Amino acid sequence: MKVLVTEYLRINLDSEMYECRRCDHVLISARENYKRGLRVYDRDPREIHKPLVDPKMYARTYSPDPLWCRILEYYCPNCGTMFEAEYLPPGHPPLHDIELDIDALKLQWKDRPEVKEPAIGPDLALEKVKSGRSLHAGHKH
Amino acid sequence: MNDMPGKVELNKDDQVLLDKFLSDNRLFLGPDPEIMRNHSIQPRSKMEASALARDLDTHQVHHVRGLINAALSEAFTMVNQMGAAPGAKWGDLVTGVYTAQGDLAMIAPHGIIAFAACCFYPIRFIIKNWIDDPTVGVKDGDGFIHNDARYGGVHNTDQSMMMPLYWKGELICWLSSTIHEGENGACEPGGMPAAAESKYDEGIKMSPFKVVENFKLKRDLVTFLQNSVRDPKLQLEDMKVKLHAVMRLRERMLAILDQFGKDLLVGTLRKHLEDTETEMRRRIAEMPDGTTRVLQFMDSSLRENCLQKISLAITVKGDRLIMDFRGTAPQFMNRAVNTNIASFKAALCTGLLQNVWPDLPHTMAVLSPIEIISDRNSIIDAEGEMPQAMSLMPMFKACVAWTIPMNKFNYSVPTKYSAVIASQYDQAATFIYGGLTQHGDVTGNFCGDINGNGQGARSHADGEHSVSPVFGFMCDSGEHEINEEDTPIIRLGAQRIAKDRIGFGKYRGGMGYEQIATARGSGMWGFMTGCEGSKFPSAQGLFGGYSCPSYQLMKIKGINIFEELKADPNVVEVFDIVKLMNEQPIKNGHYSSNDMGMTFELCNEGEIYMICQGAGGGYGDVLERDPEAVMKDLREDLMSHANAHDIYKVVYDEINLVVDVEATAELRAAARRERLQRSKPFDEFVAEWVTPEPPANLPYFGSWNDNTRIYAQNPAISMKVVMDADKLQGVFMPNPKDLQIAGLEAQLAAANAALEACRAAGR
Repeated sequence: MKVLVTEYLRINLDSEMYECRRCDHVLISARENYKRGLRVYDRDPREIHKPLVDPKMYARTYSPDPLWCRILEYYCPNCGTMFEAEYLPPGHPPLHDIELDIDALKLQWKDRPEVKEPAIGPDLALEKVKSGRSLHAGHKH
Repeated sequence: MNDMPGKVELNKDDQVLLDKFLSDNRLFLGPDPEIMRNHSIQPRSKMEASALARDLDTHQVHHVRGLINAALSEAFTMVNQMGAAPGAKWGDLVTGVYTAQGDLAMIAPHGIIAFAACCFYPIRFIIKNWIDDPTVGVKDGDGFIHNDARYGGVHNTDQSMMMPLYWKGELICWLSSTIHEGENGACEPGGMPAAAESKYDEGIKMSPFKVVENFKLKRDLVTFLQNSVRDPKLQLEDMKVKLHAVMRLRERMLAILDQFGKDLLVGTLRKHLEDTETEMRRRIAEMPDGTTRVLQFMDSSLRENCLQKISLAITVKGDRLIMDFRGTAPQFMNRAVNTNIASFKAALCTGLLQNVWPDLPHTMAVLSPIEIISDRNSIIDAEGEMPQAMSLMPMFKACVAWTIPMNKFNYSVPTKYSAVIASQYDQAATFIYGGLTQHGDVTGNFCGDINGNGQGARSHADGEHSVSPVFGFMCDSGEHEINEEDTPIIRLGAQRIAKDRIGFGKYRGGMGYEQIATARGSGMWGFMTGCEGSKFPSAQGLFGGYSCPSYQLMKIKGINIFEELKADPNVVEVFDIVKLMNEQPIKNGHYSSNDMGMTFELCNEGEIYMICQGAGGGYGDVLERDPEAVMKDLREDLMSHANAHDIYKVVYDEINLVVDVEATAELRAAARRERLQRSKPFDEFVAEWVTPEPPANLPYFGSWNDNTRIYAQNPAISMKVVMDADKLQGVFMPNPKDLQIAGLEAQLAAANAALEACRAAGR
């Protein structure tokens, strides 16, 4: 039995290991921080959010300030898929963002059929917006 | 010297007498912690228990619920159509129904959830304090007003009208209507003064009081309120509008009572609450047990740049959900970006219903089963004396705080009640304005295009562009034509999608639009903006998606665009922010790029102010984005070729946009190999990356590596304090102008010293 956790992460309940959903690579024990099974890169945010106005003319360019903000990119050590892009001030400890109770998870999934691909839920907030807009589409001033 | 008397031990009777004396003679009925710290529905009242004991017919309950919903919708539409405030025109309002004991039961199917989600606090205040007070009392035909968020509310721009509904002499429920009015007599026009350094700069602060008797506004009190704000016309008009909308709602509710009786109405309201809480607990129990976490960083106090951390850990255990915000930044004593915890919870309620489970009934019962922990005197749980005129800043973070950690719980759940969505752009990106209109009126307010925040990317599709405000997915669009008729604001550019400002990902976030404004025909006009995210991006990506970029406020000062256009109609080819700033087509203008937080500033006729609505966060790895979706973005001119090459790694023909599938696959495979080469194993990385404290050169507020230790660090004044989280004190910030003056004086002193040195050297 495998339980999906994110777009790229799942837990094998039998082996109690985190796995990469893209290449099936076994990352680390599901009782550990999954990030310990990944590789990390400290990205200068200006490489992703490029300056749009000329940095020679202006100090503020639509790029984040690299002295205030860095992007930690987490990759699968086998296939290089990017699991997370974590924005942090320089030197801030990475966040232990997922810490599941594995014993409770096993119990919860004891009688559930395995889900290999997640269901897509309805985007109800957007539907509401579109319905509101269509109501006023023919409105004349 | 007098001796202090020792503590007297009172007997039981004397203690009761003393307690009663103190209770009857309270010096000041300030915000009541017993009310303000309780966000849960109350136990069933006798009236509710009696109604539910009747074993109500489910079909009839559903019917009555529909009738109430229709009545709320009708009252909403009345306010929407007749309200004078710009906010009323695009739906920055709500109508609501509350139980007799003040639990929010139902909200109109349009408008702002948060308004109603905190209006139960003042209603509970009225019930607790005014019903039995012989100098006030509550009776049929009364109406109460309030705006001070310390008694419950989002912020002090919003004014509510609350009315008890009596039937056959008995109080059955409460009705309300709330509008974001804007102007409230604060130290800056428009009602959201970032310059407020104390609560006494925030303008009028109405505790809940009676302003309507026998269904009529009391003219003496209305006059007092008109005398306290810059826009007396608006104050009167909208008080009338809210009163009459609530009276219409009352008529509809009385008709329901006449047709179905008290038990069915009271039972329906209570059942609506209890059923919602039950469903919430069922959904929580479906999620895995454990803890997920998210950090949010706000980068401005709107007076200066400084990082303020909001820390959130969500723990699920069975049907319990605990939100732990401990470790968050301390409150500011003289900055407006604090919020009280009740307002913050109203934003959490909004965020849950907008981003996680929009299908749930819009009642306070969604928050009822959730436990919320915070550090007292933190920026999200500030004490009453702290200014909180720009409480929107932490509250908007509350709206999206759910998205990242809840998706990490919900992704595994077999049944999805709503889409998996990254964070929406979460800033109040619009112009707040004030001054004299072209009609000679004094005014102050904000523009309706605040409602264009880009949606976060979804697990199955790109986000929608400029979808809604982060705090209200049930709002209509702003109407610039009305804005231009009423105010001197002229839109030189509007609703043009902000190219290249993207939350990249397998699916990209919805994008925002540019807003380019100037003023014409006013003797005195000015703008302010209240946004963060100029240094540290605000909308977070999900599962490998990137955040939105940073955004800036651009200005072209010292020109008059109308004279420029008269002299040369082609002086500006297109009002596009990036082109204007890079090409500087208007000669002799002073072009500047600034923080998105600007206190009120005068705008001379024809000077140009430019901001953007932001993009939602991206979803998933950029290397998984369908190359054809990348081409579509290019075709729609949403993005430059440089991003298609560098971010998405797509190989294609730039002329005809035909993708080279094989070359793209090779390039992306190479990009993945490069990732592995440049990265390090986590433990090795952490050993090098993590520092024991925040960087010394960074103004930083909040925990670092331990949520029980809170940093307050401001290098501008060499301040560094580390506090225990449970003993937080407020932080006092220096006046930025004093710092600027000190810097200039230091420069002058250095220049003078150099001059003296030159003279001494005989040069």
